[in-house]
Amino acid sequence: MPDVLIREQKKRPEINLKFFFKLFWTTFSLSLFTFGGGFVIISLMRKKMVVKLGWINDEEMLDFITIAQSSPGPIAVNGSLMVGYHLAGVPGALVATLGTILPPMIILTLVSLGYKAVQDNLWIAAAFHGMRAVVAAIVLQVTWALFMPLLKKKQVLPILLFVLSFSALFIFKVNIMLVMVSIVVFSIIQSMILLQKEKKL
Amino acid sequence: MSILFSLFLSFFQIGLFSIGGGYAAMPLIQAQTVDIHGWLTPTEFADLVTIAEMTPGPIAINSATFVGMNVAGIAGVVVATLGNILPSVIIMLLLARIYEKYREQTLLKRVLEGVRPVVVAAIFTAGLSLLQLAIGHMGQIDLFAIIVFVLAFICLNSRKIPLGPIVLLIFGAISGIGYAVVTHALP
Repeated sequence: MPDVLIREQKKRPEINLKFFFKLFWTTFSLSLFTFGGGFVIISLMRKKMVVKLGWINDEEMLDFITIAQSSPGPIAVNGSLMVGYHLAGVPGALVATLGTILPPMIILTLVSLGYKAVQDNLWIAAAFHGMRAVVAAIVLQVTWALFMPLLKKKQVLPILLFVLSFSALFIFKVNIMLVMVSIVVFSIIQSMILLQKEKKL
Repeated sequence: MSILFSLFLSFFQIGLFSIGGGYAAMPLIQAQTVDIHGWLTPTEFADLVTIAEMTPGPIAINSATFVGMNVAGIAGVVVATLGNILPSVIIMLLLARIYEKYREQTLLKRVLEGVRPVVVAAIFTAGLSLLQLAIGHMGQIDLFAIIVFVLAFICLNSRKIPLGPIVLLIFGAISGIGYAVVTHALP
């Protein structure tokens, strides 16, 4: 069932107080049980909102994922925002966002209190000693997985940008905000010129 | 007041420039909380990434809460988190309106493609500093950490070994404690 694209919309929910509770509870429970960030929550969101509740269809879901990924900020927050807005406008967007950010806020508040208390405990320090090496491996493996597609395209510009920005950040310790602002401006101008050219053709 | 304002501003910038989700926020969080403001030591930052990996929710929200709580208590949590999601809320609401009208995002996709190499370079840089911290303990090369790192990296890259990040972190914790027991670092 979930492998078939769902095109029709079963029912547009009625927008009342009960719906907002349901929206809040849905996003809250999705966020609470999502380990491993962005992409995981998106797939769970589809299972719940497209397949089970029928609030949106698959085409819309795919569009939302694209937009959520290509916008600044956490994918999970962006995704819920889009769905909430689509279903019930700005109030829907705010309720869905609140539902998504509350679980990590509550959990990390508790964890940070606990961390302060046990930070100097030798057993905890020993556990973190081992885990730090694993975390470095996780982040570098993510880099590797993101870098390979860039390399496979065999285009000069992406590789050049990678090398330039890596040297700027790692060797010359340039402020990362500065690097990000420059690349975003550069990329917007470049994309607009390319799109103009394509329109003329 | 001013500490709350700089928390807000820092996490606003993190929200605004973390493009591409998930790990894209990490180098920005490191720059703001460790390098610029000194709210966290490099070790605390590494621990924060570890904790964020094991708890639900986006790393940026996790960090905003953790740092906010450390720096200014519950008020800090609220201010940092709001600062972090505000760019998302503004931009997504604008995009949602455009989407309902045009249902097309060509320019946006192009811009994202163009930015990606730089995002990957930033994550790579952050990963290298985490690695430096993990294996270079107080000027000494930490052989135990190198072995754990290499084994974890192999497991993550291998399709034959279906171990996820959380399972590997648990193994990392157990081996860290085991190593400390063997080397009599624990009472």
